[in-house]
Amino acid sequence: MAAADKVDPIHQFQIHPIIPLHIGGYDVSFTNSSLFMVVTIVLASAFLYWSTASRALIPGRLQSVSEMAYEFVGNMLRDAAGKQGMQFFPLVFSLFMFVLVANLIGLFPYFFTVTSHIIVTFTLAILVIGTVVVYGFAKHGLGFLKLFVPHGVPGLLLPLVVAIEVISFVSRPVSLSVRLFANMLAGHITLKVFSGFVVSLSALGAVGIAGSVLPLAMAVALTALELLVAFLQAYVFAVLTCMYLNDALHPSH
Amino acid sequence: MFVTSAYAQETAPAAAEGDTHAGTAVPAAEHEAFPPFDAKTFPSQILWLVITFGLFYLFLKRVVMPRLGGIIDVRNDRITQDLDHAARLKGEADAAVAAYEQELAEAKANANKIGQQASDAAKADAEGTRKKLEAELEKKLGEAEASIASIKARAMKEVGTIAEDTTSAIVEALVGGKADKSEIAAAVKSASR
Repeated sequence: MAAADKVDPIHQFQIHPIIPLHIGGYDVSFTNSSLFMVVTIVLASAFLYWSTASRALIPGRLQSVSEMAYEFVGNMLRDAAGKQGMQFFPLVFSLFMFVLVANLIGLFPYFFTVTSHIIVTFTLAILVIGTVVVYGFAKHGLGFLKLFVPHGVPGLLLPLVVAIEVISFVSRPVSLSVRLFANMLAGHITLKVFSGFVVSLSALGAVGIAGSVLPLAMAVALTALELLVAFLQAYVFAVLTCMYLNDALHPSH
Repeated sequence: MFVTSAYAQETAPAAAEGDTHAGTAVPAAEHEAFPPFDAKTFPSQILWLVITFGLFYLFLKRVVMPRLGGIIDVRNDRITQDLDHAARLKGEADAAVAAYEQELAEAKANANKIGQQASDAAKADAEGTRKKLEAELEKKLGEAEASIASIKARAMKEVGTIAEDTTSAIVEALVGGKADKSEIAAAVKSASR
């Protein structure tokens, strides 16, 4: 049973309550997922806080990392949404840091990956789209609906184009969340499968141990790839957030 | 592209393996959904995500980002300030070089003037000395010529006397007897003409 659990690639995504909690009929227990959300924000906050504590004019290595992250996201947002978009800088920066740190923490063995759960990424995506919709209507009123009516489209095609635009807008939170969730989920399953091969092959004796070198090398290579994916997906999430926010600022194409 | 194809290849056996284990090892929990799609965990995850992400957002917005922005602004200000300072110093250095060059040019002009004056004075001095010397030489030359002329005249006069003496001696030796002195003088005079 224990051995079976070890090679079960889905086991790592299971959620166990640590402190059971029920409010209004809902199970809102403090789970391992919640624990790693807390770990994520504590680690990220602590790093950003302590690395910049000295406020050095000439930054050290850690301060450079914090500054690079800050300017990286800042430039991303400025390029995508212009100067006006900078009011959303705290949102985009926290999203980027949260997703990045959650992805990176998930790479440690036995650690839970917060972003491998669709509900987490979907909630973040809804936060982004919600911000876009609320800000868009607050700033432009009904003019925000021009987002769905591109310029220069012949009247006959207009209903079709509008329908396509609406569908593409509605599918944004889905694509935004599924992209991150699926990458994390698939990457961790793959890693687990290859690591599982190493364990099962090693149990077959000398030949198995020799043969397990291959999946071990694969697991090492995949870990490097997952490190890249962890950063890339945080980047993609932040970039798309910037582009959607740009729509809220400038709805007419 | 590589990423997606690798995932596609590997998720299939992984899912198959997951199914076999779910089927054999945990029959009691067979009805349990795939964890990420288990809706029972959603309220807890949403709640804790909202709490943690909200705190994270506030902390970054209130503490970290003003600090990072401040650090970068201070650095940019400092760089601008240093560049200005450097530009000012360069201007000062340029001005100093210009002043130095001007002074050098002035000094050169002065030196040339002084040299010219000295050389002119020396030339004039030399000219004066030369003229004085020439005048003196001229005078001495004149005196010498005069003295030569007088010596010559005296000598010429003496030549006559010697000729007369010689003539009288020759006459005496050739003819015997004394010749008349006045005749000899007349003869000599006519011969020397």
